[in-house]
Amino acid sequence: MSIWEYANPKKFITITTPLVPWILGLAIACLVVGLVWGFFLTPDDFRQGSTVKIIYLHVPAALMAINAWFMMLLASLIWLVRRHHVSALVARAAAPVGIVMTLITLITGAIWGQPMWGTWWAWDPRLTSFLILFLFYLGYIALWEAIEDPDTAADLTSVLCIVGSVFAVLSRYAVNFWNQGLHQGTSVPVVTGGRTISDVFFVPLVICMMGFGLLFFVLVLIRTQTEIRVRRMRAIQLRMRS
Amino acid sequence: MIPDLGIYAVEVTSAYVLSISLLITILVLSLLRARKIRAQLLKVEASRLLNNV
Repeated sequence: MSIWEYANPKKFITITTPLVPWILGLAIACLVVGLVWGFFLTPDDFRQGSTVKIIYLHVPAALMAINAWFMMLLASLIWLVRRHHVSALVARAAAPVGIVMTLITLITGAIWGQPMWGTWWAWDPRLTSFLILFLFYLGYIALWEAIEDPDTAADLTSVLCIVGSVFAVLSRYAVNFWNQGLHQGTSVPVVTGGRTISDVFFVPLVICMMGFGLLFFVLVLIRTQTEIRVRRMRAIQLRMRS
Repeated sequence: MIPDLGIYAVEVTSAYVLSISLLITILVLSLLRARKIRAQLLKVEASRLLNNV
């Protein structure tokens, strides 16, 4: 069976509907376990004190904010190349979830930065690229809402998504490109594997990352199903009017 | 049971409250909209069948 068969809207809904409650349950379980563990059961950092507990929100949210955009990029490219409507709707459905993740990253970063750096905000490469990513999310959502014809909206938002991907890449790798700035390098480098964070903090962090990832995934499924239904409803209404 | 957050209690607590509120908001809004649209679609499909379109 080809993967493109899942691009059939009816099949997408049939396959994903029974999965939603399980994934949602798993996401909530991971989030509750990870956040309770992180908040109540981990020690303070010797330098950052109890503010280290913000890591369980800030890092998973940042991870998902960037990955959501990459997922939207992939879905947009599939739309541009293969014209599968479900892929365009997946990208549309992911954007509001991505912007919430970006907002959480910015808010928790500011709250964490104030006591550690002495400032809520600095025009640091990573912070600035994240702010621009947030603005791209806003623009992306606004563009979808502004254009009536869904195919034209999908085309234009796909182009915007490709342009915005530069800032998604910068958000992740800005700390490697430029040394200046307040933001530290990553504590959990995926490529090199040499993490600089103790197991005491790392285990609940991984559980929170899984929770945020699963929550993002299930929200995209739910919202994509809704977008498919909205489109079907409009098609029926148009047919009935004509 | 409540951990001693020391001088950063306000910062840590507000980060958790704000973030969890945002996550719950997007989840609830998504579920409510899904339910509303599902109900609307059922109505539209029913009227289509009635009108034999």
